[in-house]
Amino acid sequence: MSKNNDSNQFRKVDVDEYDENKFVDDEDNGESQVGPDEAEVDSLIRQGNLMEALQAVLKNPPINTKNQNDRAEALMLKVLSAFKSSDIEKAVQSLDKNGVDLLMKYIYKGFEKPSENSSATLLQWHEKALSAGGVGSIVRVLTARKTV
Amino acid sequence: MAYHSFLLEPISCHSWNKDRTQIALCPNNHDVHIYKKDGTKWTKIHELKEHNGQVTGIDWAPESNRIVTCGTDRNAYVWSLKGEVWKPTLVILRINRAARCVSWSPKENKFAVGSGSRLISICYFEQENDWWVCKHIKKPIRSTVLSLDWHPNNVLLAAGSCDFKCRVFSAYIKEVEEKPGPTVWGSKMPFGEVLFESGPSGVSGGAGEGAGGGWVHGVCFSHSGNRLAWTSHDSTVAIAEGGKTSTISSLSSETLPLLCVSFITENSLVAAGHDCYPVLFVYDGTKGSVTFGGKLDVPKQTSQRGISARERFQNLDRRATSSETTEQGLESLHKNSISQISVLEGGKSKCSTFCTTGMDGGMVTWDVKVHTHTLHTHTV
Repeated sequence: MSKNNDSNQFRKVDVDEYDENKFVDDEDNGESQVGPDEAEVDSLIRQGNLMEALQAVLKNPPINTKNQNDRAEALMLKVLSAFKSSDIEKAVQSLDKNGVDLLMKYIYKGFEKPSENSSATLLQWHEKALSAGGVGSIVRVLTARKTV
Repeated sequence: MAYHSFLLEPISCHSWNKDRTQIALCPNNHDVHIYKKDGTKWTKIHELKEHNGQVTGIDWAPESNRIVTCGTDRNAYVWSLKGEVWKPTLVILRINRAARCVSWSPKENKFAVGSGSRLISICYFEQENDWWVCKHIKKPIRSTVLSLDWHPNNVLLAAGSCDFKCRVFSAYIKEVEEKPGPTVWGSKMPFGEVLFESGPSGVSGGAGEGAGGGWVHGVCFSHSGNRLAWTSHDSTVAIAEGGKTSTISSLSSETLPLLCVSFITENSLVAAGHDCYPVLFVYDGTKGSVTFGGKLDVPKQTSQRGISARERFQNLDRRATSSETTEQGLESLHKNSISQISVLEGGKSKCSTFCTTGMDGGMVTWDVKVHTHTLHTHTV
Protein backbone atom coordinates (compact mmCIF):
# COMPACT_ATOMS: atom_id res chain seq x y z
CA MET A 1 0.00 0.00 0.00
CA SER A 2 1.38 3.40 -0.85
CA LYS A 3 0.57 5.02 2.42
CA ASN A 4 3.75 6.72 3.48
CA ASN A 5 4.28 8.66 0.30
CA ASP A 6 2.17 9.43 -2.72
CA SER A 7 3.90 6.78 -4.68
CA ASN A 8 2.26 5.77 -7.89
CA GLN A 9 4.84 3.16 -8.67
CA PHE A 10 2.33 0.38 -8.40
CA ARG A 11 0.64 1.76 -11.45
CA LYS A 12 3.68 0.93 -13.51
CA VAL A 13 3.53 -2.77 -12.77
CA ASP A 14 2.59 -4.67 -15.90
CA VAL A 15 0.08 -7.17 -14.54
CA ASP A 16 -0.14 -9.02 -17.83
CA GLU A 17 3.48 -10.11 -17.49
CA TYR A 18 2.45 -12.38 -14.65
CA ASP A 19 -0.46 -13.91 -16.46
CA GLU A 20 0.24 -17.51 -17.37
CA ASN A 21 -1.97 -17.27 -20.45
CA LYS A 22 0.11 -14.49 -21.89
CA PHE A 23 0.18 -14.23 -25.66
CA VAL A 24 3.49 -15.35 -27.00
CA ASP A 25 4.05 -14.58 -30.62
CA ASP A 26 4.96 -17.62 -32.65
CA GLU A 27 7.95 -16.42 -34.57
CA ASP A 28 9.09 -18.63 -37.36
CA ASN A 29 12.71 -17.81 -37.10
CA GLY A 30 14.18 -20.66 -39.01
CA GLU A 31 12.78 -19.81 -42.42
CA SER A 32 14.48 -21.81 -45.07
CA GLN A 33 13.99 -19.22 -47.76
CA VAL A 34 17.38 -17.68 -48.17
CA GLY A 35 16.50 -14.74 -50.28
CA PRO A 36 16.85 -13.92 -53.93
CA ASP A 37 19.81 -15.23 -55.80
CA GLU A 38 22.31 -12.39 -56.03
CA ALA A 39 24.37 -13.69 -58.87
CA GLU A 40 21.33 -14.35 -61.00
CA VAL A 41 19.90 -10.92 -60.37
CA ASP A 42 23.20 -9.17 -61.03
CA SER A 43 23.67 -10.90 -64.32
CA LEU A 44 20.15 -10.06 -65.39
CA ILE A 45 20.72 -6.41 -64.60
CA ARG A 46 23.93 -6.35 -66.58
CA GLN A 47 22.22 -7.96 -69.52
CA GLY A 48 19.65 -5.21 -69.42
CA ASN A 49 16.81 -7.67 -68.87
CA LEU A 50 15.22 -5.63 -66.15
CA MET A 51 11.76 -7.23 -66.07
CA GLU A 52 13.29 -10.62 -65.41
CA ALA A 53 15.52 -9.11 -62.76
CA LEU A 54 12.49 -7.72 -60.98
CA GLN A 55 10.73 -11.07 -61.03
CA ALA A 56 13.85 -12.79 -59.77
CA VAL A 57 14.42 -10.44 -56.91
CA LEU A 58 10.82 -10.77 -55.83
CA LYS A 59 11.04 -14.54 -55.71
CA ASN A 60 11.83 -16.12 -52.35
CA PRO A 61 11.56 -13.15 -50.08
CA PRO A 62 13.46 -13.77 -46.86
CA ILE A 63 10.97 -13.47 -44.06
CA ASN A 64 11.95 -12.28 -40.62
CA THR A 65 15.64 -13.08 -40.80
CA LYS A 66 17.86 -10.14 -40.04
CA ASN A 67 20.99 -10.27 -42.23
CA GLN A 68 19.40 -11.71 -45.29
CA ASN A 69 16.78 -9.01 -45.17
CA ASP A 70 19.39 -6.30 -45.52
CA ARG A 71 21.09 -8.06 -48.39
CA ALA A 72 17.82 -8.58 -50.16
CA GLU A 73 16.88 -4.98 -49.60
CA ALA A 74 20.15 -3.71 -51.08
CA LEU A 75 19.67 -5.95 -54.09
CA MET A 76 16.11 -4.74 -54.50
CA LEU A 77 17.26 -1.15 -54.47
CA LYS A 78 19.81 -1.89 -57.18
CA VAL A 79 17.16 -3.40 -59.41
CA LEU A 80 14.69 -0.62 -58.82
CA SER A 81 17.21 2.12 -59.59
CA ALA A 82 18.28 0.34 -62.75
CA PHE A 83 14.84 0.86 -64.28
CA LYS A 84 14.14 3.86 -66.44
CA SER A 85 11.26 6.04 -65.23
CA SER A 86 9.12 5.29 -68.23
CA ASP A 87 9.46 1.55 -67.74
CA ILE A 88 8.34 1.53 -64.13
CA GLU A 89 4.65 1.45 -64.94
CA LYS A 90 4.97 -1.50 -67.29
CA ALA A 91 7.00 -3.41 -64.74
CA VAL A 92 4.39 -2.87 -62.06
CA GLN A 93 1.63 -4.02 -64.41
CA SER A 94 3.48 -7.25 -65.01
CA LEU A 95 3.29 -8.20 -61.35
CA ASP A 96 0.38 -10.04 -59.83
CA LYS A 97 -1.35 -8.95 -56.65
CA ASN A 98 1.08 -10.68 -54.32
CA GLY A 99 3.98 -9.21 -56.26
CA VAL A 100 2.61 -5.72 -55.87
CA ASP A 101 2.20 -6.28 -52.12
CA LEU A 102 5.74 -7.57 -51.84
CA LEU A 103 7.06 -4.67 -53.90
CA MET A 104 5.28 -2.26 -51.58
CA LYS A 105 6.94 -3.94 -48.59
CA TYR A 106 10.37 -3.49 -50.12
CA ILE A 107 9.61 0.13 -51.01
CA TYR A 108 8.71 0.96 -47.44
CA LYS A 109 11.73 -0.92 -46.18
CA GLY A 110 13.80 1.23 -48.50
CA PHE A 111 12.21 4.38 -47.13
CA GLU A 112 13.42 3.40 -43.69
CA LYS A 113 17.05 3.76 -44.66
CA PRO A 114 17.34 6.53 -47.25
CA SER A 115 20.53 6.80 -49.22
CA GLU A 116 21.54 9.34 -51.87
CA ASN A 117 19.14 8.86 -54.69
CA SER A 118 17.02 6.12 -53.32
CA SER A 119 14.11 8.20 -52.11
CA ALA A 120 13.37 9.72 -55.47
CA THR A 121 13.32 6.38 -57.28
CA LEU A 122 11.37 4.79 -54.48
CA LEU A 123 8.78 7.52 -54.60
CA GLN A 124 8.27 6.99 -58.31
CA TRP A 125 7.87 3.28 -57.74
CA HIS A 126 5.53 3.99 -54.84
CA GLU A 127 3.25 6.08 -57.01
CA LYS A 128 2.96 3.37 -59.62
CA ALA A 129 2.56 0.58 -57.11
CA LEU A 130 -0.13 2.57 -55.34
CA SER A 131 -2.19 2.93 -58.46
CA ALA A 132 -1.89 -0.80 -59.03
CA GLY A 133 -2.43 -2.04 -55.51
CA GLY A 134 -4.50 0.71 -53.97
CA VAL A 135 -4.49 1.76 -50.35
CA GLY A 136 -5.05 -1.88 -49.41
CA SER A 137 -1.50 -2.82 -50.34
CA ILE A 138 -0.15 -0.17 -47.96
CA VAL A 139 -2.43 -1.45 -45.21
CA ARG A 140 -1.00 -4.90 -45.82
CA VAL A 141 2.53 -3.55 -45.39
CA LEU A 142 1.53 -2.04 -42.06
CA THR A 143 -0.25 -5.12 -40.75
CA ALA A 144 2.20 -7.68 -42.07
CA ARG A 145 3.68 -9.81 -39.35
CA LYS A 146 6.28 -11.42 -41.57
CA THR A 147 8.47 -8.51 -42.50
CA VAL A 148 10.66 -8.75 -45.49
CA MET B 1 -31.06 5.36 -49.34
CA ALA B 2 -31.95 7.50 -46.41
CA TYR B 3 -29.39 9.13 -44.19
CA HIS B 4 -30.39 10.03 -40.68
CA SER B 5 -27.99 11.74 -38.35
CA PHE B 6 -28.72 10.68 -34.82
CA LEU B 7 -25.94 12.45 -33.04
CA LEU B 8 -22.55 13.99 -33.48
CA GLU B 9 -20.88 11.26 -31.46
CA PRO B 10 -20.09 7.87 -32.96
CA ILE B 11 -22.75 5.23 -32.65
CA SER B 12 -20.94 2.43 -30.81
CA CYS B 13 -23.44 -0.26 -31.69
CA HIS B 14 -27.08 -0.67 -32.64
CA SER B 15 -29.82 -3.23 -32.96
CA TRP B 16 -33.30 -3.24 -34.44
CA ASN B 17 -36.46 -4.73 -33.03
CA LYS B 18 -38.49 -7.34 -34.89
CA ASP B 19 -40.65 -5.10 -37.05
CA ARG B 20 -37.91 -2.52 -37.56
CA THR B 21 -39.85 0.31 -35.95
CA GLN B 22 -37.48 0.79 -33.08
CA ILE B 23 -33.73 0.97 -32.89
CA ALA B 24 -31.59 0.63 -29.79
CA LEU B 25 -28.23 2.30 -30.01
CA CYS B 26 -25.40 3.45 -27.82
CA PRO B 27 -24.35 7.06 -28.34
CA ASN B 28 -20.76 6.45 -27.25
CA ASN B 29 -21.54 6.63 -23.54
CA HIS B 30 -22.77 4.36 -20.79
CA ASP B 31 -26.41 4.31 -21.90
CA VAL B 32 -28.58 2.71 -24.48
CA HIS B 33 -31.14 4.90 -26.19
CA ILE B 34 -34.17 3.46 -27.91
CA TYR B 35 -35.64 5.48 -30.73
CA LYS B 36 -38.99 4.94 -32.34
CA LYS B 37 -39.80 5.71 -35.92
CA ASP B 38 -42.60 8.20 -36.56
CA GLY B 39 -42.92 8.48 -40.27
CA THR B 40 -39.60 9.97 -41.21
CA LYS B 41 -38.73 11.27 -37.77
CA TRP B 42 -37.11 9.40 -34.94
CA THR B 43 -38.09 10.10 -31.34
CA LYS B 44 -36.28 8.82 -28.29
CA ILE B 45 -38.63 6.80 -26.16
CA HIS B 46 -36.38 5.02 -23.69
CA GLU B 47 -33.05 5.47 -22.01
CA LEU B 48 -31.51 2.36 -20.52
CA LYS B 49 -29.05 3.39 -17.85
CA GLU B 50 -27.31 0.65 -16.02
CA HIS B 51 -23.85 0.16 -17.41
CA ASN B 52 -20.81 1.74 -15.80
CA GLY B 53 -18.75 1.71 -18.92
CA GLN B 54 -19.26 2.25 -22.60
CA VAL B 55 -21.79 -0.13 -24.10
CA THR B 56 -19.96 -2.09 -26.78
CA GLY B 57 -22.62 -4.49 -27.98
CA ILE B 58 -26.42 -4.55 -28.23
CA ASP B 59 -28.60 -7.31 -29.60
CA TRP B 60 -32.39 -7.27 -29.71
CA ALA B 61 -34.00 -10.69 -29.85
CA PRO B 62 -36.84 -10.47 -32.35
CA GLU B 63 -39.12 -13.20 -30.98
CA SER B 64 -38.76 -12.86 -27.25
CA ASN B 65 -38.30 -9.07 -27.39
CA ARG B 66 -35.38 -9.03 -25.00
CA ILE B 67 -32.35 -6.83 -25.38
CA VAL B 68 -28.92 -7.94 -24.26
CA THR B 69 -26.20 -5.33 -23.83
CA CYS B 70 -22.57 -5.69 -22.89
CA GLY B 71 -20.04 -3.09 -22.01
CA THR B 72 -16.55 -2.18 -20.96
CA ASP B 73 -17.61 -2.53 -17.32
CA ARG B 74 -17.23 -6.32 -17.83
CA ASN B 75 -20.96 -6.90 -17.40
CA ALA B 76 -23.89 -7.84 -19.54
CA TYR B 77 -27.52 -7.08 -18.86
CA VAL B 78 -30.61 -8.73 -20.26
CA TRP B 79 -33.45 -6.22 -20.53
CA SER B 80 -37.11 -7.23 -20.62
CA LEU B 81 -39.97 -4.92 -21.32
CA LYS B 82 -42.33 -4.83 -18.33
CA GLY B 83 -45.20 -2.63 -19.26
CA GLU B 84 -43.63 0.56 -20.49
CA VAL B 85 -40.27 0.16 -18.83
CA TRP B 86 -37.23 -1.93 -19.66
CA LYS B 87 -35.96 -3.80 -16.62
CA PRO B 88 -32.40 -5.10 -16.53
CA THR B 89 -31.11 -8.38 -15.19
CA LEU B 90 -27.42 -8.62 -14.49
CA VAL B 91 -25.49 -11.47 -16.06
CA ILE B 92 -22.18 -12.32 -14.41
CA LEU B 93 -19.75 -13.04 -17.19
CA ARG B 94 -16.71 -13.80 -15.02
CA ILE B 95 -14.39 -11.86 -17.29
CA ASN B 96 -11.63 -9.55 -16.20
CA ARG B 97 -11.52 -7.34 -19.28
CA ALA B 98 -14.11 -5.45 -21.27
CA ALA B 99 -16.84 -7.23 -23.19
CA ARG B 100 -16.67 -6.42 -26.89
CA CYS B 101 -19.60 -7.95 -28.72
CA VAL B 102 -22.77 -9.84 -27.93
CA SER B 103 -25.19 -11.89 -29.97
CA TRP B 104 -28.41 -13.82 -29.27
CA SER B 105 -28.53 -17.32 -30.67
CA PRO B 106 -31.16 -17.97 -33.36
CA LYS B 107 -33.50 -19.68 -30.87
CA GLU B 108 -32.85 -16.94 -28.29
CA ASN B 109 -32.26 -19.36 -25.46
CA LYS B 110 -28.64 -18.34 -25.06
CA PHE B 111 -26.29 -15.58 -26.06
CA ALA B 112 -22.56 -15.26 -26.60
CA VAL B 113 -20.31 -12.45 -25.41
CA GLY B 114 -16.83 -11.88 -26.84
CA SER B 115 -14.40 -10.10 -24.59
CA GLY B 116 -10.90 -8.81 -24.15
CA SER B 117 -10.21 -11.58 -21.66
CA ARG B 118 -9.49 -13.82 -24.63
CA LEU B 119 -12.60 -15.89 -24.14
CA ILE B 120 -16.21 -16.18 -25.20
CA SER B 121 -18.92 -16.44 -22.55
CA ILE B 122 -21.93 -18.49 -23.55
CA CYS B 123 -24.80 -17.55 -21.25
CA TYR B 124 -28.04 -19.42 -20.76
CA PHE B 125 -30.90 -19.12 -18.32
CA GLU B 126 -31.05 -21.65 -15.51
CA GLN B 127 -34.64 -22.16 -14.46
CA GLU B 128 -33.99 -23.61 -10.99
CA ASN B 129 -31.97 -20.65 -9.83
CA ASP B 130 -33.78 -18.08 -11.93
CA TRP B 131 -30.42 -16.73 -13.01
CA TRP B 132 -28.27 -16.45 -16.09
CA VAL B 133 -25.16 -18.61 -15.90
CA CYS B 134 -22.27 -18.71 -18.29
CA LYS B 135 -19.74 -21.14 -19.63
CA HIS B 136 -16.42 -20.11 -21.10
CA ILE B 137 -14.75 -21.04 -24.33
CA LYS B 138 -11.07 -20.32 -23.79
CA LYS B 139 -8.80 -22.50 -25.88
CA PRO B 140 -7.27 -21.72 -28.29
CA ILE B 141 -8.21 -18.05 -28.36
CA ARG B 142 -5.16 -15.92 -27.73
CA SER B 143 -6.44 -12.40 -27.95
CA THR B 144 -9.57 -10.24 -27.82
CA VAL B 145 -12.65 -11.61 -29.53
CA LEU B 146 -13.94 -8.85 -31.77
CA SER B 147 -16.95 -10.32 -33.51
CA LEU B 148 -19.40 -13.19 -33.25
CA ASP B 149 -22.03 -14.80 -35.43
CA TRP B 150 -24.26 -17.79 -34.75
CA HIS B 151 -24.90 -20.61 -37.18
CA PRO B 152 -28.62 -21.24 -37.89
CA ASN B 153 -28.47 -24.55 -36.01
CA ASN B 154 -28.15 -22.64 -32.71
CA VAL B 155 -25.00 -24.53 -31.74
CA LEU B 156 -22.12 -23.37 -33.87
CA LEU B 157 -20.60 -19.96 -33.30
CA ALA B 158 -18.10 -18.13 -35.47
CA ALA B 159 -15.67 -15.82 -33.71
CA GLY B 160 -13.21 -13.38 -35.17
CA SER B 161 -10.40 -12.33 -32.94
CA CYS B 162 -7.32 -10.16 -32.64
CA ASP B 163 -5.03 -13.16 -32.85
CA PHE B 164 -5.59 -12.93 -36.62
CA LYS B 165 -7.83 -15.98 -36.81
CA CYS B 166 -11.45 -16.70 -37.50
CA ARG B 167 -12.77 -19.83 -35.83
CA VAL B 168 -15.96 -21.84 -35.60
CA PHE B 169 -16.70 -23.19 -32.13
CA SER B 170 -19.37 -25.41 -30.80
CA ALA B 171 -21.46 -23.75 -28.12
CA TYR B 172 -23.62 -26.74 -27.38
CA ILE B 173 -25.21 -26.45 -23.94
CA LYS B 174 -26.79 -29.72 -22.96
CA GLU B 175 -29.03 -28.07 -20.38
CA VAL B 176 -31.01 -26.10 -22.90
CA GLU B 177 -30.96 -28.05 -26.10
CA GLU B 178 -30.64 -31.42 -27.74
CA LYS B 179 -27.69 -32.79 -29.53
CA PRO B 180 -27.41 -31.14 -32.92
CA GLY B 181 -27.26 -33.08 -36.14
CA PRO B 182 -24.10 -33.08 -38.23
CA THR B 183 -23.38 -30.07 -40.43
CA VAL B 184 -20.81 -29.36 -43.09
CA TRP B 185 -18.49 -28.06 -40.42
CA GLY B 186 -18.34 -31.33 -38.52
CA SER B 187 -20.43 -33.86 -36.69
CA LYS B 188 -18.91 -34.14 -33.24
CA MET B 189 -19.68 -30.96 -31.39
CA PRO B 190 -18.89 -31.03 -27.68
CA PHE B 191 -18.85 -27.67 -25.99
CA GLY B 192 -15.82 -25.58 -26.87
CA GLU B 193 -14.67 -27.73 -29.75
CA VAL B 194 -12.97 -25.85 -32.57
CA LEU B 195 -14.43 -27.03 -35.84
CA PHE B 196 -12.63 -24.63 -38.10
CA GLU B 197 -9.73 -22.26 -37.81
CA SER B 198 -8.44 -19.93 -40.47
CA GLY B 199 -5.01 -18.50 -40.74
CA PRO B 200 -1.45 -19.34 -41.66
CA SER B 201 -0.78 -22.20 -39.31
CA GLY B 202 -4.26 -23.62 -39.65
CA VAL B 203 -6.05 -24.42 -42.85
CA SER B 204 -5.18 -22.04 -45.60
CA GLY B 205 -5.62 -21.88 -49.29
CA GLY B 206 -4.95 -18.86 -51.45
CA ALA B 207 -2.02 -16.57 -50.98
CA GLY B 208 0.43 -18.25 -48.66
CA GLU B 209 2.77 -15.28 -48.64
CA GLY B 210 0.19 -12.76 -47.68
CA ALA B 211 -0.63 -14.80 -44.63
CA GLY B 212 0.44 -12.19 -42.14
CA GLY B 213 -3.16 -11.48 -41.48
CA GLY B 214 -4.76 -8.84 -39.43
CA TRP B 215 -7.35 -8.61 -36.68
CA VAL B 216 -10.56 -10.22 -37.78
CA HIS B 217 -13.10 -7.44 -37.49
CA GLY B 218 -16.30 -8.97 -38.75
CA VAL B 219 -17.63 -12.49 -39.30
CA CYS B 220 -20.84 -13.68 -40.82
CA PHE B 221 -22.39 -17.05 -41.60
CA SER B 222 -24.47 -17.30 -44.74
CA HIS B 223 -28.17 -18.02 -44.43
CA SER B 224 -27.71 -21.76 -44.80
CA GLY B 225 -24.73 -21.76 -42.48
CA ASN B 226 -22.53 -23.49 -45.02
CA ARG B 227 -20.39 -20.50 -45.77
CA LEU B 228 -18.50 -18.22 -43.47
CA ALA B 229 -17.15 -14.82 -44.43
CA TRP B 230 -14.79 -12.63 -42.46
CA THR B 231 -13.02 -9.34 -42.97
CA SER B 232 -9.68 -8.59 -41.53
CA HIS B 233 -7.49 -5.61 -40.84
CA ASP B 234 -5.08 -6.33 -43.66
CA SER B 235 -7.79 -5.24 -46.09
CA THR B 236 -8.84 -8.73 -47.05
CA VAL B 237 -12.18 -10.42 -47.14
CA ALA B 238 -12.28 -14.19 -47.09
CA ILE B 239 -14.95 -16.85 -47.45
CA ALA B 240 -14.66 -20.43 -46.31
CA GLU B 241 -16.97 -23.25 -47.23
CA GLY B 242 -17.61 -25.81 -44.60
CA GLY B 243 -16.74 -29.38 -45.35
CA LYS B 244 -14.08 -28.94 -47.96
CA THR B 245 -11.18 -28.22 -45.69
CA SER B 246 -8.94 -26.21 -47.87
CA THR B 247 -11.25 -23.90 -49.66
CA ILE B 248 -10.67 -20.50 -48.28
CA SER B 249 -11.02 -17.90 -50.97
CA SER B 250 -9.79 -14.50 -50.09
CA LEU B 251 -9.57 -11.22 -51.83
CA SER B 252 -7.02 -8.60 -50.96
CA SER B 253 -8.96 -5.46 -51.56
CA GLU B 254 -7.59 -2.12 -52.59
CA THR B 255 -9.50 -0.26 -49.95
CA LEU B 256 -8.94 0.51 -46.31
CA PRO B 257 -9.81 -2.29 -43.89
CA LEU B 258 -13.43 -3.36 -43.71
CA LEU B 259 -14.98 -3.51 -40.26
CA CYS B 260 -18.23 -5.34 -40.78
CA VAL B 261 -19.66 -7.81 -43.22
CA SER B 262 -22.98 -9.47 -43.90
CA PHE B 263 -24.25 -11.95 -46.45
CA ILE B 264 -27.15 -10.61 -48.47
CA THR B 265 -27.68 -13.64 -50.66
CA GLU B 266 -26.01 -17.02 -50.54
CA ASN B 267 -23.43 -15.78 -53.05
CA SER B 268 -22.89 -12.16 -52.32
CA LEU B 269 -21.99 -10.11 -49.36
CA VAL B 270 -21.84 -6.50 -48.46
CA ALA B 271 -19.07 -5.09 -46.29
CA ALA B 272 -18.14 -1.66 -45.02
CA GLY B 273 -15.39 -0.12 -43.02
CA HIS B 274 -12.91 2.68 -42.84
CA ASP B 275 -13.62 3.79 -46.37
CA CYS B 276 -17.07 5.00 -45.33
CA TYR B 277 -19.05 3.30 -48.06
CA PRO B 278 -20.45 -0.22 -48.37
CA VAL B 279 -19.02 -2.46 -51.04
CA LEU B 280 -20.35 -5.56 -52.62
CA PHE B 281 -18.44 -8.81 -53.03
CA VAL B 282 -19.56 -11.73 -55.08
CA TYR B 283 -18.50 -15.28 -54.32
CA ASP B 284 -18.34 -17.93 -56.97
CA GLY B 285 -18.69 -21.32 -55.34
CA THR B 286 -17.64 -23.31 -58.37
CA LYS B 287 -14.45 -21.36 -58.93
CA GLY B 288 -13.90 -20.64 -55.28
CA SER B 289 -13.18 -17.00 -55.90
CA VAL B 290 -14.26 -13.77 -54.37
CA THR B 291 -14.57 -10.79 -56.64
CA PHE B 292 -15.22 -7.18 -56.01
CA GLY B 293 -18.73 -6.30 -57.05
CA GLY B 294 -18.66 -2.55 -56.80
CA LYS B 295 -19.23 0.32 -54.46
CA LEU B 296 -22.79 0.69 -53.29
CA ASP B 297 -22.55 4.39 -52.70
CA VAL B 298 -22.37 6.06 -56.04
CA PRO B 299 -22.39 9.76 -55.47
CA LYS B 300 -24.20 12.02 -57.87
CA GLN B 301 -21.85 13.53 -60.36
CA THR B 302 -21.40 17.16 -59.49
CA SER B 303 -21.17 19.46 -62.44
CA GLN B 304 -17.64 20.11 -63.49
CA ARG B 305 -17.01 23.76 -63.54
CA GLY B 306 -13.87 25.38 -64.84
CA ILE B 307 -11.10 25.95 -62.37
CA SER B 308 -9.38 29.29 -62.16
CA ALA B 309 -5.61 29.67 -62.28
CA ARG B 310 -5.53 30.83 -58.69
CA GLU B 311 -7.38 27.73 -57.52
CA ARG B 312 -5.05 25.59 -59.50
CA PHE B 313 -2.03 26.97 -57.69
CA GLN B 314 -3.81 26.74 -54.39
CA ASN B 315 -4.53 23.09 -55.02
CA LEU B 316 -0.93 22.54 -56.00
CA ASP B 317 0.19 24.12 -52.80
CA ARG B 318 -2.27 22.29 -50.60
CA ARG B 319 -2.53 18.91 -52.20
CA ALA B 320 0.38 18.65 -54.64
CA THR B 321 -1.99 18.04 -57.53
CA SER B 322 -3.75 20.58 -59.62
CA SER B 323 -6.73 18.34 -60.10
CA GLU B 324 -9.86 19.47 -61.83
CA THR B 325 -12.41 18.41 -59.27
CA THR B 326 -12.32 20.09 -55.92
CA GLU B 327 -13.02 17.07 -53.79
CA GLN B 328 -13.74 18.94 -50.68
CA GLY B 329 -14.58 15.99 -48.55
CA LEU B 330 -15.82 12.49 -48.75
CA GLU B 331 -18.43 11.98 -51.37
CA SER B 332 -20.01 9.12 -49.52
CA LEU B 333 -23.11 9.41 -47.35
CA HIS B 334 -21.27 8.43 -44.22
CA LYS B 335 -18.62 10.91 -43.28
CA ASN B 336 -16.66 8.60 -41.07
CA SER B 337 -15.94 4.90 -40.75
CA ILE B 338 -18.88 2.54 -40.81
CA SER B 339 -18.71 0.24 -37.85
CA GLN B 340 -21.78 -1.97 -38.12
CA ILE B 341 -24.09 -3.40 -40.78
CA SER B 342 -27.43 -4.99 -40.01
CA VAL B 343 -29.85 -6.66 -42.35
CA LEU B 344 -33.28 -5.10 -42.14
CA GLU B 345 -35.43 -6.98 -44.55
CA GLY B 346 -35.18 -10.21 -46.40
CA GLY B 347 -32.81 -12.01 -44.08
CA LYS B 348 -29.36 -13.13 -45.15
CA SER B 349 -30.65 -15.05 -48.12
CA LYS B 350 -32.54 -12.38 -50.02
CA CYS B 351 -31.76 -9.14 -48.34
CA SER B 352 -33.59 -6.18 -49.74
CA THR B 353 -32.65 -3.54 -47.22
CA PHE B 354 -29.77 -3.17 -44.85
CA CYS B 355 -28.63 -0.46 -42.51
CA THR B 356 -25.23 0.90 -41.57
CA THR B 357 -24.14 2.98 -38.60
CA GLY B 358 -20.86 4.64 -38.11
CA MET B 359 -18.52 6.88 -36.28
CA ASP B 360 -20.19 9.93 -37.68
CA GLY B 361 -23.30 9.28 -35.61
CA GLY B 362 -25.41 8.68 -38.66
CA MET B 363 -27.47 5.77 -39.84
CA VAL B 364 -28.19 4.97 -43.46
CA THR B 365 -30.68 2.48 -44.80
CA TRP B 366 -29.75 1.03 -48.17
CA ASP B 367 -31.99 -0.67 -50.69
CA VAL B 368 -30.48 -3.58 -52.48
CA LYS B 369 -32.97 -3.59 -55.37
CA VAL B 370 -31.74 -0.24 -56.61
CA HIS B 371 -28.31 -1.66 -57.12
CA THR B 372 -29.23 -4.87 -58.86
CA HIS B 373 -27.38 -3.74 -61.92
CA THR B 374 -24.18 -4.10 -59.95
CA LEU B 375 -25.02 -7.59 -58.73
CA HIS B 376 -23.79 -10.30 -61.01
CA THR B 377 -26.27 -13.04 -61.62
CA HIS B 378 -24.97 -16.46 -60.76
CA THR B 379 -26.63 -19.76 -61.26
CA VAL B 380 -26.78 -21.19 -57.78
